[in-house]
Amino acid sequence: MSKDLPRDKNYVGKLGYSYRRNLHERFIESILFLSALLSVFIMLAIIVMLVKESIVFFQHVSIWEFLTDTQWTPLFDDAHYGILPLVAGTVVSSLVALCVALPLGTIIAIYLSEFAPFAVREVAKPFLELLGGIPTVVYGYFALLFVTPLLQIIFPELPGFSLLSAGLVMGIMIIPYVSSMTEDAMRAVPMHLREGSYAMGATRFQTAIRVVTPAAFSGIAAAYILGISRAVGETMVVAIAAGMQPNLTWNPMEPAATITAYIVQVSLGDLPHGSLGYQTIFAAGLTLLLITLVFNIIGHLLRKRYREIY
Amino acid sequence: MRDVNNLNKLRKIIGRHKRWDLLFMITGIIALMIAILTFIALFSQMLIDGMPRLSWDFFTSFPSRRPEAAGILSAWVGTTLVMLVTAVSAVPLGIGAGVYLEEYAPKNLFTEIIEINVTNLAGVPSIIYGLLALGLFVYQLGFGQSILAAGLALALLILPVVIVATREAIRAIPIAIREGAYALGATKWQTVSDHLLPYSSAGILTGIIIGLARAIGETAPIITIGALTFIAFLPPPPITEEFPYISFEWLTAPFTVMPIQMFNWVSRPEEAFQLNAAAAGLVLVVMTLTMNGLAIYLRYRMRKNIKW
Repeated sequence: MSKDLPRDKNYVGKLGYSYRRNLHERFIESILFLSALLSVFIMLAIIVMLVKESIVFFQHVSIWEFLTDTQWTPLFDDAHYGILPLVAGTVVSSLVALCVALPLGTIIAIYLSEFAPFAVREVAKPFLELLGGIPTVVYGYFALLFVTPLLQIIFPELPGFSLLSAGLVMGIMIIPYVSSMTEDAMRAVPMHLREGSYAMGATRFQTAIRVVTPAAFSGIAAAYILGISRAVGETMVVAIAAGMQPNLTWNPMEPAATITAYIVQVSLGDLPHGSLGYQTIFAAGLTLLLITLVFNIIGHLLRKRYREIY
Repeated sequence: MRDVNNLNKLRKIIGRHKRWDLLFMITGIIALMIAILTFIALFSQMLIDGMPRLSWDFFTSFPSRRPEAAGILSAWVGTTLVMLVTAVSAVPLGIGAGVYLEEYAPKNLFTEIIEINVTNLAGVPSIIYGLLALGLFVYQLGFGQSILAAGLALALLILPVVIVATREAIRAIPIAIREGAYALGATKWQTVSDHLLPYSSAGILTGIIIGLARAIGETAPIITIGALTFIAFLPPPPITEEFPYISFEWLTAPFTVMPIQMFNWVSRPEEAFQLNAAAAGLVLVVMTLTMNGLAIYLRYRMRKNIKW
């Protein structure tokens, strides 16, 4: 074998070149791999950080008390650590938001995907996207200083801070999110299903409701679930417009705090690092993360399913 | 006779179905109108309240106890510097991860875990990133309540946006481009850096702009870090007069940003401060709308111009 090799200096040089080239390639690949791996580390860091501080918290407060006590007053002398009032606030504000966002978002999506002429769609879609890009603190301002006074004309007994106005604005805020994902799911339904339906003499409305919507069901469900997770995690609108007083109520006309609003409230004060008050926000954050994680995983699985069918 | 009756019945049914069709179309337009009207109400409310406060002085004054003398100088300088940190850290990492997942990653369980993880990160509420930054950057790594900690927190937040945009832009490039490069003896990295990245640059740029627009308006994570709301001084300048002319002192300086300044003004009871909030909100909305508009325009042009 060896005698067949050309006795050329260049040959060795070329081998060296190719060796260097391979090394260079490997080096770059590992850098790229590390940056992809970073996302896993971020997730781990989030979990470790929340769990670590929460463990210290749960050494002082039993999980049973955390889940069943009906008062959340960690900063008072008579401290109670029941997450229920915060969860109730989160649930009520999210429900109000979803009552706005899901119907309107779905109707807009069906309209844009099945009814609207090309020109309307080309204008409406970027517009909705812009609406979704407005900072949440601006929506909070809008809820407090525009929607609340407006609602007080209809319901004179509505207080200055309420879950209702925060939830309504949050709903408007989530519309673009729900509508764009629902529309994507509906557009993924193959054209021949619609053509078949039209050929049978169905109107656009019948086609949309009886053919396209069932075919896009898992995608639409994913859009809803991710919308829910978004509403649960929303912070600034509720922090500004719903007040920050923990209040165990199911009535949207009252002020109350959500999990996120509580974290904001604590962060605005200056609690010393390592105090029990400091750890409460991590326990609250862990609760929030678990809730949204469940919704996200369900949404992800549903979305994967509709991608596989077509 | 019977045929005529049937025909009339049929016409009635068709008429009824067409009415439903029309009814839904009107409902759709109304729903769209609600979204549009909300936007108009939001914008005009801020315009009416905030416009009189918008003057040169508003941009060049520090926040103050007197509402009519207060301005957003420290806020917009802080936002600019925080965005600088965010962009410098999120852009290379996001593009790198996107390229790896799209071009290098083998199809195995581990890659799947990374992919699911990126999707999950995109769904984590922003305030959780704030808690992470509070525990990790502010205390564990000792960055304090600084521009660096805030910039990194926002970088983590927009990382999934950049990754997804990179992947979609690279995926849209036809396989023939890669085959052509490999046929000429290019290595993987040469293919990526000389062909795939330049061709997908517009798509990636769109993702970066959308991500940064989101980061500019993010309030919750920065509040969680514990950023002060009353800052009446500027961080040390990044360019100095003596050698080496560049200073990184500003990275560790305390700061405030636009959305925090606005939140601070909104939560005060005096109406004069709320007018300031409207003015700050107006600046903020114009900033994010411009960036998002630019991204939409870029995407529109890309769709029109690129024909593989």
